[in-house]
Amino acid sequence: MATDAAPPPHGEPGHDPAHPTTEEFIEVQESAEFGELRHSYRSFAFPLTVAFIAWYLLYVLLSNYAGDFMGTKVYGNINVALVFGLAQFATTFLIAWLYARHAAARLDPKAEAIKTRMESRTEAGG
Amino acid sequence: MSDTLQLAATSLAAQSATTEHRPLIITLFAAFVVATLFITIWAGRQTRSAADFYAGGRQFTGFQNGLAISGDYMSAASFLGIAGAIALFGYDGFLYSIGFLVAWLVALLLVAEPLRNSGRFTMGDVLAYRMRQRPVRTAAGTSTIVVSIFYLLAQMAGAGVLVSLLLGITHDGGKVLIVALVGVLMILYVTIGGMKGTTWVQMVKAVLLIAGTLLITFLVLLKFNFNISDLLGTAAEKSGHGAAFLEPGLKYGATGTSKLDFISLGIALVLGTAGLPHILIRFYTVPTSQAARKSVNWAIGIIGGFYLMTIALGFGAAAIVGSTEIVESNKAGNTAAPLLALHIGGTDSAGGAILLAVISAVAFATILAVVAGLTLASSSSFAHDIYANVIRRGQATEKEEVRAARWATVAIGVVSIGLGALARDLNVAGLVALAFAVAASANLPTILYSLFWKRFTTQGALWSIYGGLTSSVVLVLFSPVVSGKPTSMFKGMDFYWFPLENPGIVSIPLGFLLGWLGSLLGKEEPDKGKYAELEVKSLTGTGAH
Repeated sequence: MATDAAPPPHGEPGHDPAHPTTEEFIEVQESAEFGELRHSYRSFAFPLTVAFIAWYLLYVLLSNYAGDFMGTKVYGNINVALVFGLAQFATTFLIAWLYARHAAARLDPKAEAIKTRMESRTEAGG
Repeated sequence: MSDTLQLAATSLAAQSATTEHRPLIITLFAAFVVATLFITIWAGRQTRSAADFYAGGRQFTGFQNGLAISGDYMSAASFLGIAGAIALFGYDGFLYSIGFLVAWLVALLLVAEPLRNSGRFTMGDVLAYRMRQRPVRTAAGTSTIVVSIFYLLAQMAGAGVLVSLLLGITHDGGKVLIVALVGVLMILYVTIGGMKGTTWVQMVKAVLLIAGTLLITFLVLLKFNFNISDLLGTAAEKSGHGAAFLEPGLKYGATGTSKLDFISLGIALVLGTAGLPHILIRFYTVPTSQAARKSVNWAIGIIGGFYLMTIALGFGAAAIVGSTEIVESNKAGNTAAPLLALHIGGTDSAGGAILLAVISAVAFATILAVVAGLTLASSSSFAHDIYANVIRRGQATEKEEVRAARWATVAIGVVSIGLGALARDLNVAGLVALAFAVAASANLPTILYSLFWKRFTTQGALWSIYGGLTSSVVLVLFSPVVSGKPTSMFKGMDFYWFPLENPGIVSIPLGFLLGWLGSLLGKEEPDKGKYAELEVKSLTGTGAH
């Protein structure tokens, strides 16, 4: 009802995606199984996003307004500012790794189960 | 990137180094062009369907796409610009790299996989999924084309100046010729090779860039016996700033306004990346959302490693070349990396000449690959969002759509050659930051609301796209980027009232706010069925293309 254009033709060679009906999508969306998948995803990704943005902003604010602290020498010519900067690299790599691990263990199996069932139901149903 | 490049009338040429090395540099440029055109023709032979043209047949692996993403993302601005900024401003130059890298977590955690699962060819596919197609596709297409053109224009104008500088060309005609050459090559890459050809060009470029940077980094560290503290100390001493060179503040710490500007820039960098259309369409080139995740992780590793090396490049240039010579060659420091290559190989030896030529060729490859990616993003969006879904109301065949995309590529190429030639003497460096700000203000709010907020409506989408787009463009128009300062685009005029160079701190919250208000204030009910489809598809990959 909200579209005034027909959906684009699905004509990719060698790959014809299954098309469950809207009712089936609503049913799955309201199911406990999907709710669990959504929860595993959101409860991991959302707080982590807030955390790394806050951590980055802290770094920006310290660079701006805490120059003396950032200039403190740690070792030789290496100061707090450089250590902080490198820590941003380290946390970025760490978060990327943590997310990949979480997704492979907690998200992929659930997603795959739902996808397989929905696509096979579509094929069986017509 | 072209930041006052044109002011460098003395330029590398004056050091006679370049003119002497010109044949070698041109040979390497030509070798890259021939190799990439060969790849393009090979890829073109395999490009038949729309999925081939737009998404490279979706057959790339996570690693390949990760390399290509890195190639698309590491523009000459990051390669030459950041190395130069570190060489001249020390620590403050390094702040850029951090924002550019951390930004990838937004793409990884919130955008890449859901987008891959629920879209087909463009950003508009996801934005319009739940909404009334024609208005939202028009808005998404407009925003895609505006972001890409700003970014493209900065690269094109920069290319003319930069390549002239590397080749020691000083007359205007030469610069225009180079802009035209870059434009013609990018049209060829995209029209013939489509996404498949463009992706391979990005991969080749990424490998060259990483290899070149690794080599110079290794040589710099070798010179300091791998003692980083020593390198930093020498850089600080030769910079003339002493310990302050290694602390924040040389570039952004001058006044309260410049500090605020830095915060604004930082937010735009972090939130803009995941809204850049030429980055988003790369996620469609892999077969699954797992591969999309892998490609972002590879990209984070490659881009992170590259930015770590820019520390050695930038501080190395400050320590080995010295700021006097860098500023003499180019006021913004854009030639710091090539100069470092020349010095570290030995200014009077064949080694120096070869390294300079290699790094110059890498810079040229970088420009070509990035402009090709940007052109593809804007022509795809024109053909798929605007032509096929708005003008033809979804009735166009695949063949017609791809034909429209090819013609759009030619048109965009011609327009950007013209604008790039006209803008060659303007300081358009601010346009890249503007592209990030528009992406963060107009695109990212709409993407996130579409994927995660069930009450989001067509009106909300239109308000956030047009509101974010208009506010960021208008604020920049009336900022010192365009007029009123010696570094402005139009130096002679003065009509600025917005004090910051980056609009993000105002326009990004505005984009989010408008999306929320627009959804709540309208009478329209969100389409529950469509949201169920989008949410289930985006998290599970059911029915993904």
